Amino acid sequence: MAICIQSNQEYRHSKLFSIWRGIRRNTLTVIGFFIVTLFLLMAIFGPLFVPYDYAEQNIEKRLQPPSAEHIFGTDEFGRDVFSRVVVGSRNVFIVAGSGAALAVLLGLFLGLVSGYWGGLLDDVLMRLMEVMMAIPGLLLAMLVLFSLGSSFYSVILVVGFMYIPVVTRVVRSVVLDIKTRAFVEAAKLRGESIGYILFREILPNVLPHLAVEGSMRFVYAIFMVASLGFLGLGVQPPAPDWGFMVSEARPFFSVAPWVLFFPAASIAILVVGVSFVSDGLRRILLPGGVSSDRYA
Amino acid sequence: MTDMHRSKETIVPDPILDVKNLTVTYNTDRGPVYTVRNVSLQIAAGEIYGLVGESGSGKSTLARAIVRYLADNGQIKSGSVKLGGTDLLALPMSKMQQVWGSRITMVHQDPAAAVNPAITIGEQIAEIARLHLKLSSAEAKAKAIEMLKKMRMPDPESVAKRYPHQLSGGMLQRVVIAIALTTNPQLLIMDEPTTSLDVTTEAAILDLVRELLTEYKMAVLFITHNLGVVANICNRVGVMYAGEILEEGTVQQVFRSKLHPYTRGLLGCLPKITDDKRNVSLTAIPGYIPRMHQLPSGCIFSPRCSMVEDECKTVRPSLVEAEAGHFTACRRWEILKNKPELLMDSQHARDFTKHEEGPVVLSASNIKKHFSVSAGEFASLFKRGQTKIKAVDGVSLGVRGGFTLGVVGESGCGKTTLSRCIAGLEEATSGEIELEGELIPYSVAKRTPAQRKSIQMVFQNPDASLNPHYTIGESVSRPLVLMGLPKKEIQERVRQLFNAVNLPEDYINRLPHELSGGEKQRIAIARALAAEPTLILCDEPLSSLDVSVQAALINLLIKLQDSHKISYLFISHDLAAVRYISDWIAVMYLGRICEIGSAEDVFMPPYHPYTEALLSAIPIPDPDVRQERIRLEGSVPSAINLPSGCRFHNRCPRKIGRICEEQEPPWQNVSEHHRICCHITLDELRNLQSEVIVRQADSPREVRQC
Repeated sequence: MAICIQSNQEYRHSKLFSIWRGIRRNTLTVIGFFIVTLFLLMAIFGPLFVPYDYAEQNIEKRLQPPSAEHIFGTDEFGRDVFSRVVVGSRNVFIVAGSGAALAVLLGLFLGLVSGYWGGLLDDVLMRLMEVMMAIPGLLLAMLVLFSLGSSFYSVILVVGFMYIPVVTRVVRSVVLDIKTRAFVEAAKLRGESIGYILFREILPNVLPHLAVEGSMRFVYAIFMVASLGFLGLGVQPPAPDWGFMVSEARPFFSVAPWVLFFPAASIAILVVGVSFVSDGLRRILLPGGVSSDRYA
Repeated sequence: MTDMHRSKETIVPDPILDVKNLTVTYNTDRGPVYTVRNVSLQIAAGEIYGLVGESGSGKSTLARAIVRYLADNGQIKSGSVKLGGTDLLALPMSKMQQVWGSRITMVHQDPAAAVNPAITIGEQIAEIARLHLKLSSAEAKAKAIEMLKKMRMPDPESVAKRYPHQLSGGMLQRVVIAIALTTNPQLLIMDEPTTSLDVTTEAAILDLVRELLTEYKMAVLFITHNLGVVANICNRVGVMYAGEILEEGTVQQVFRSKLHPYTRGLLGCLPKITDDKRNVSLTAIPGYIPRMHQLPSGCIFSPRCSMVEDECKTVRPSLVEAEAGHFTACRRWEILKNKPELLMDSQHARDFTKHEEGPVVLSASNIKKHFSVSAGEFASLFKRGQTKIKAVDGVSLGVRGGFTLGVVGESGCGKTTLSRCIAGLEEATSGEIELEGELIPYSVAKRTPAQRKSIQMVFQNPDASLNPHYTIGESVSRPLVLMGLPKKEIQERVRQLFNAVNLPEDYINRLPHELSGGEKQRIAIARALAAEPTLILCDEPLSSLDVSVQAALINLLIKLQDSHKISYLFISHDLAAVRYISDWIAVMYLGRICEIGSAEDVFMPPYHPYTEALLSAIPIPDPDVRQERIRLEGSVPSAINLPSGCRFHNRCPRKIGRICEEQEPPWQNVSEHHRICCHITLDELRNLQSEVIVRQADSPREVRQC
């Protein structure tokens, strides 16, 4: 019988399947998954099907309550709130998503380097990260955006850099644990290159932690982007930004609460949804504590 | 049934703990799992009942069920638990809380986890006295000091004022025992109380428990996997396997007549202290402990039993009384009774080619490894000349081709650091490492590929040995890929390696989490072999495995040594295993070797006083063996402030005076290959010492060829 050594391809398939099974086991995770999928579909395809142009003003129809014509009502310029919320979702995913992705990528790199080499490099990097973490995030973001000027890219950069220290610390702590495991030492003993040890031996074991941390960073990034938008430092008008929409609707809250309600609710629901998914990922990818499987 | 089936209850006339037909289940995704089935046991006052079994046998679950402290998904299905007449299972949970800590107390494996690190020792004992004995503050304080005194603690008043981190593991375990005994409990449950301790400390704790029992007339349930400890301390013993008790009786009955094949299997797995790999091979039990959710029908041990009959596979046997008070769950116990050496007689002479003394493969001279203690690299920029931990402090040794050098010593003696220095995973501070006569760099990264592949390592923890993301085939083939072999040849070699370590070829595409600990360790050995090394460093490769798996691995290592002519540096704290597998033994204490010689010589007087104490502390699974009782005071000093003169002087029972404190002891040659580092002259040592381990003359086990 010819037995050939297969790679872990099959294992990956069964792993995906077991993740899916894990998702289904917990109601909250299913709800979170559902919410995120819905928002994602909305962000991708929504702008193609919206009933009105998000920037189209109609002063005569300003501040109208939800109706068949405008299901989320209209704002103070008579713009359709529904269309603005739908189109705005795209910005949330792109800006917060890119910000979180940037933090994850750079954090992964710095964490790997800092954790694996240790020594002076690690000391310097970590002190630097601590300095960054010591400054309140929103304050730092405001400072930078005020001085650099706010743009689509600068918001992404600011959000990304803000979360690098957290991701770096998580990755570093995992690397510190993994690099002393016997399989890494065995790799050193057989003379593997540093690249192989970092990317083939250590990295696969960091990825589950990174996925959980990344999803958590996405939650915070959504909040941060909305906060910056609220302060007028986010994506510039007339492009719809949920945070800025909330800010704009404040003066009219007593007469037209729906203008504030729908974007605010969207932020809240998406944040809760992503948190549920994040918790689910943590439970599935990083099982700690006592699981009943141990006795089986 | 007949009188053959006299109920077990009558054996202990007036039991404190009376467990009858206890069945415990855990609810899991795959349905209920019956982890403990129909277990009955009785323990009288002043009796130590040993519950022994491999991991997964259900012994801890049984203990937890007795105190009704099961995990959330655990449930007691049937049976009764009576403590001094009280039916514990009928008590409401609120009443159980009064039982815990006063009538039943527990001592666990890890003493550091059992005490609160933020409260002084005295206060922790006093707290129990106030809570359960309703003593006043002053009385409780006095009680705490009295308890510490009873634990033979030196200077109890000062110990009472200390915090847990200021005490060693052995001292802390004494504190935990003191806490457990403060309320004068009826039942003391000890769950692997000495497993995390060194042999010398373990021996002292066992002595203490034995002495305390004369004063405290409680029942003790002593759970352990170590048969030697059971033989040492227990009155009666129950052998547990996959949730059932298979044999029960007094220690003498069980260890002498061994009326169950499993008991014989377990004892056959352990190398006797006089055994040598050249004349005796170990009898490993084939197969694995069954999973609790797919138990075999009939006798649960039948799939692994070598004297199984058809009937064994269909009818589940119950415990029968073979001798007075000696029960076995084997249908064929009469055969075992008539043939005391059956199943154990496969310890035939091994076909081990005694080869010529080969050239020295590895020679290390004056290896030192000093770690600096500092807050980090950043801090060390500003602070120079900080304190040093001298983990290895001038060790010289040599390993000959095809031979095994065993390194023994208590934890913290530097044996692991030494092996990591030789492997190049730690850079030695100074010294010379020669591989086949050629000086090699300290760091593995600076060694040539040929030097690297010559030295491989098998690690302690099988779970960490293999990257969970690669199939075991990939793990084993990786060294071959690095050597640049063609794909065809790699597959052929991997298949040979799997055969060499006795793993089926269809395991190749499995992932590490699908393997048992023993199988993982086989893969780790296969991976080390793949590089075709001349020397394999084995760093406690057996310590996390069950005895039956250990025996198979020891046999495998010896077989591979014989077929591949590999040398081993075998590091272990298990002296019996080291004695068995090694040709040469080095005894280490605080970073130095204090005795080195051939395995037989080291186990015979004259001994270095430290070796003598180590040997006397080995728990030997044979009640017929007499051991000298030499106990060490205190614990191993820190490697930062090393004692002056002879490093062992402050614990040495044979210290001769000032010279030991002031001068470094000289090396003395006992014979060509046996050296001792001590101030006492060899003649004096010979006068002072007798053989530490002696098998008693009337023992039937004496008849073994040597």
